[in-house]
Amino acid sequence: MHVLTIARLTVLEASRRKLLLALALLTSWGFSRLPTMNGVTPAEVRVAASQLTILVAFMFSGVLALGSTLVAAPSIASDIESGIALAILPRPIRRSEVLIGKWLGLAVLIALYAALSGVLEMLGIQWATAYLPPNPAAAITFVAAEGIVLMTLALLLSTRLAPMTGGVIALVLFFVGWIGGIALAIGQAFQNNTIINIGVGSRLLIPTDGLWHGAIFYLEPADFLAAARAAGRVRAGNPFFADSALPVPYLLWIVAWILVALVVANWSFARRDL
Amino acid sequence: MEAADAASLAVHTQDLAKRYGKTVALSGLTMSVRRAEVFGFLGPNGAGKTTAVKLLVGLARATAGQAWVLGAPVGDLKTRRRLGYLPELFRYQGWMKATEILSLHCELAGLPRAGWKAEIAGALETVGLSERGDDRVEGFSKGMQQRLGLGVALLGRPELVLLDEPTSALDPVGRHDVREIIRKLKDRGTAVFLNSHLLSEVEQVCDRLAVVDRGRVIATGTMSQILGQDGAVRVRVTGLPPERRASLGAYGNLEDEGEWLTFRGLSQDRVPELVSDIVNQGGRVYAVEPRHETLEDRFLQLLKEQDS
Repeated sequence: MHVLTIARLTVLEASRRKLLLALALLTSWGFSRLPTMNGVTPAEVRVAASQLTILVAFMFSGVLALGSTLVAAPSIASDIESGIALAILPRPIRRSEVLIGKWLGLAVLIALYAALSGVLEMLGIQWATAYLPPNPAAAITFVAAEGIVLMTLALLLSTRLAPMTGGVIALVLFFVGWIGGIALAIGQAFQNNTIINIGVGSRLLIPTDGLWHGAIFYLEPADFLAAARAAGRVRAGNPFFADSALPVPYLLWIVAWILVALVVANWSFARRDL
Repeated sequence: MEAADAASLAVHTQDLAKRYGKTVALSGLTMSVRRAEVFGFLGPNGAGKTTAVKLLVGLARATAGQAWVLGAPVGDLKTRRRLGYLPELFRYQGWMKATEILSLHCELAGLPRAGWKAEIAGALETVGLSERGDDRVEGFSKGMQQRLGLGVALLGRPELVLLDEPTSALDPVGRHDVREIIRKLKDRGTAVFLNSHLLSEVEQVCDRLAVVDRGRVIATGTMSQILGQDGAVRVRVTGLPPERRASLGAYGNLEDEGEWLTFRGLSQDRVPELVSDIVNQGGRVYAVEPRHETLEDRFLQLLKEQDS
């Protein structure tokens, strides 16, 4: 099964190129700063602790999203540019196996990083504030899914575009999605259907912000949610707040989105002359 | 040619064409490479040589025409197990060791794991890299990478090896080694498709060759067929008016270089007749030199004929 060969190669490359080491060091350094924040934030207050958790998770989901793009955008494109693909593809291996193998390897790396940084964050926050979010595993899963969506997009672009171009486009779309999420929150706060539609459209096209809000929901304590809901629609304008879990149809849409992106990427890569 | 006939050949193409947008890379390439022969694919830069090889190994898709490799349509997955390929411009993963690169290709080629060690050791020895097997490829020179590429192409005793400019980065020793490797491949029954613009290389190792220009084969055959049965004769002449010189074109393909006239495709039997004719027309003959035509001469002549 060549998919696993390529996946193993992708993980091995990240390890040999010291990507994993660099992320581990940076993540450890980031969490070592937590006690300092503790001095500013009253650890006894659950709401503040949950907001701190969300902010730290936001920082690491951002690192994960940007990292996913930077690693995935050159994955196919640079193999073609450097000639590595010329040596591998004439072997009895389908291009779809190369593509899926790379996707799998990158997905493993993303899941690994999300899990490790998520666990570190939860332990750090708990140590500093004695607070543990209601469902950290679900939150970590959504953060990982956000990275995987962005990685899939960058991988698709990588089948046709130069690493730099694909990376820039994927990052711009990521930020467009984020702005779309804020637009949705503002639309909901002011009950403006046009802005809501723009926000919903952006969440469907680029589901990264939707997934981020899925993660936020599982980081908020129940009493905080109840208080926020009682505060009414003005509260909905906060981009770091989610008042409900992601609906199942939207989750299915995201799964379909990833599958369609992979099918298009495969179609594109299979038809590319090298 | 039917597909069944193509099975007896290492490579067969029929009107193979490739177009990149408005650029025509190949325009109707028809050729055959027999099993266990060394076939030279010769042409100037931009003639479509690398494009042809890429079509044969499935890296690009033909716009028109058909091609078979080892009896199967190009791109066939099972057939690719029996192919070895050295690309022209390539690089291996710099972060891997040479042995790891070879292991990866053993795995991708579907070779039995039990035989990998011997395959890798054999390949490294053949290309002279036995001492560098555990070194990372990023520290290799271009020539060493090319040697490694050749070693990769030889893994699993392929039935057909396609070499795209295999000596372009090698020193004279390396070039000699490659020629020896090609000869050994031929001895063990492997067909070698040698894509090159190095005429001396082709002349030394190839059984047959095709000359390609602007995406089309302009000559094909054995070396003697390409060079022609008839050689060339150079004659040093003075006192011959221009119009008389032109009339001598009837003796062969005439190249007028001032005092020296070169007649290509002239049978040796007709040389006395030519000299006599020149003298009768008022010319003074100082030298008559039979000339063995080199592949370079013939190559340049073929390209010139194409231009005209």
